Amino acid sequence: MTSDQIIAILAAAIVAGTPLLYAALGEIITERAGIINLGVEGMMLVGAVSGFTVAVGTGNPWFGVMAAAAAGGAMASIHAFLTISLRANQVVSGLALTIFGTGLSGFLGKPMVGIVAPKTLAIINVPALSSIPWLGPIFFRQDGLVYLSYLIVPLLWFYFYRTRGGLNMRAIGENPAAADSVGINVFLLRYAYTVIGGAFAGVAGAYLSLAYAPTWLENMTAGRGWIAVALVIFAMWDPVKAMLGSYLFGGIDAMGFRLQAMGINVISPFFLKMLPYIFTVIVLIIATRQSLKKHIGAPGSLGLPYDREER
Amino acid sequence: MSNKQAELRSGKLTLTWEKRQLSSPWLSAAIPIFSVFMALFLSGAFLALTGFNPLEIYGAMLDGAFGSAYGISETLVKAIPLALAGLGVALAFRMLLWNIGAEGQFYMGAFAASWVALTFPDLPTQIMLPAMFLAGALAGGVWALIPAIPRAVLGVNETITTLMLNYVAILWVDYLVYGPWRDPAGFNFPLTAPFSAAAHLPTYGATRVHFGLVFALIGAVIIYIVLQRTKWGYEIRVIGENQTAARYAGMSISKNIMLVMFLSGGFAGLAGMSEVSGITHRLQHGISSGYGYTAIIVAWLSKLNPFTIIAVAFLLGGLLVGGYNTQTMGVPSATVSMIQGAILFFLLGGELLTRYRIYFTRKGENS
Repeated sequence: MTSDQIIAILAAAIVAGTPLLYAALGEIITERAGIINLGVEGMMLVGAVSGFTVAVGTGNPWFGVMAAAAAGGAMASIHAFLTISLRANQVVSGLALTIFGTGLSGFLGKPMVGIVAPKTLAIINVPALSSIPWLGPIFFRQDGLVYLSYLIVPLLWFYFYRTRGGLNMRAIGENPAAADSVGINVFLLRYAYTVIGGAFAGVAGAYLSLAYAPTWLENMTAGRGWIAVALVIFAMWDPVKAMLGSYLFGGIDAMGFRLQAMGINVISPFFLKMLPYIFTVIVLIIATRQSLKKHIGAPGSLGLPYDREER
Repeated sequence: MSNKQAELRSGKLTLTWEKRQLSSPWLSAAIPIFSVFMALFLSGAFLALTGFNPLEIYGAMLDGAFGSAYGISETLVKAIPLALAGLGVALAFRMLLWNIGAEGQFYMGAFAASWVALTFPDLPTQIMLPAMFLAGALAGGVWALIPAIPRAVLGVNETITTLMLNYVAILWVDYLVYGPWRDPAGFNFPLTAPFSAAAHLPTYGATRVHFGLVFALIGAVIIYIVLQRTKWGYEIRVIGENQTAARYAGMSISKNIMLVMFLSGGFAGLAGMSEVSGITHRLQHGISSGYGYTAIIVAWLSKLNPFTIIAVAFLLGGLLVGGYNTQTMGVPSATVSMIQGAILFFLLGGELLTRYRIYFTRKGENS
């Protein structure tokens, strides 16, 4: 393989990893606040279809991204209402969200099938940085949403670990009763973080339909929402590790695709397509073992409804 | 007052939630029915907003699914895999094991049964069908065991792993039917050669309703008896309701996790076996149209009760057949999963009513 080919694969890994990154960051935000939302796949699909529809309608992909964030947030608010206000089972509610989102996106997207987006997210070469050998073409000849993610990851890290807001957020995920007793509004914050997490998933979907594909296909997420949920565990709920994990998974995705495109027929394309899913299972097993050893785990109250009565 | 109360003020009226001491059997039955109607109502409003006539569509659905003997027989055909996979999913859910891999377990069951039928085409029926039955159930069970072992040993999240394996199983079957197993006489369609007649499950009269229905009915009876009348069934129920208590009582949780997941996958595998042996008579691309996912709704809507699962599978089978019937009217096929998701939402919301009594009181009127 020439260095150009390696650079191309690594740059493609960033592109393939970015939707996973947005989805994983969203799920980290939600889970840090103590709510597990397994509806990522459904929220991504609805984000993908609404982003694509708005981008086609307005001719501006950034309006599409905003619409996708709103749609993802709206989907997540259903989950928030069911699990926070009505204290429904979070696993089943998330599954319902995925099933509903799959149906809704298929319904809304029917007129969009086969349409080519008139304008997709443009590649912007960052002046100076893009001409650095190796790093430039990999990291700095990407689109705006990739650059935005470079900013969001450190900002989230700072918010989580260096601000009062982040401390409160982690508190309601670890021990909502204690947080409540010092006057933190557990219900309001859990709602907010669940909806924000959904907005991230929506953007992740829009990245698929406006930059990665860029087109709308029914079920185009192909399990990426679930891979993102697995990435959260792999990343131990940390945004920086989520970034590394996303690019790693993106790399596997990109590699399978490249090998196919290069016409390497040693392995059937069906087996190459299995790789990300098998890799997810293996990584999840390793990550769980690691967290058992190091005693780092999920937020203490993850998945448990908060009920003031049972304080 | 012994009940602590949570209050939510809205204007002068106060909304009071009070925990129920006993669940009301009347409500437990009414809420699933109510949630189906609410989901249909909401989806109808959505259909109306997008320019369809919901009454006309629901009419066509009802007519397609239950309006004729043929419709009912086709609904039964869809109900068979839903009931079998639903029984499996419900068994795992009872132990709070979120097996959402029924789709993949279905595919592996279909694959293994097809392997038997294609590799030994000359077996007589009385050996062929039991061998396919065993192969299908075993393959589904083993496929569920792959995520069950790390779950039992390390606590690896089974929701994600079971789901990931769905994609692997579907790709595996695709690999076979697009590759080594493709029927040379099949005009390049992704399907295998047809099975010999010995590998066909018997059907009823001229319909496509096959013997898989009997598997489902017997399966429901067995699960009911095991759960309600045996010591092992009691263990499963205790582990599902209170793991700490189960551990103190000396029950082996990890052993039961593996056993229950194996059985759960076995039922889904059986669904796959009966689909290839009873309906398609060959393995083909897209052999399940999402039965494994719909089975999750079947299980939850039935409150995990094995007999209710049979009835609910029939209803949701009708939704699938009805949905198929409306596609000629331009209604997207995705409408069905939209309705399914909405049913689950209302069901989850409604379950609150079985746990709490909710009523309005005027300020200061609280006892």
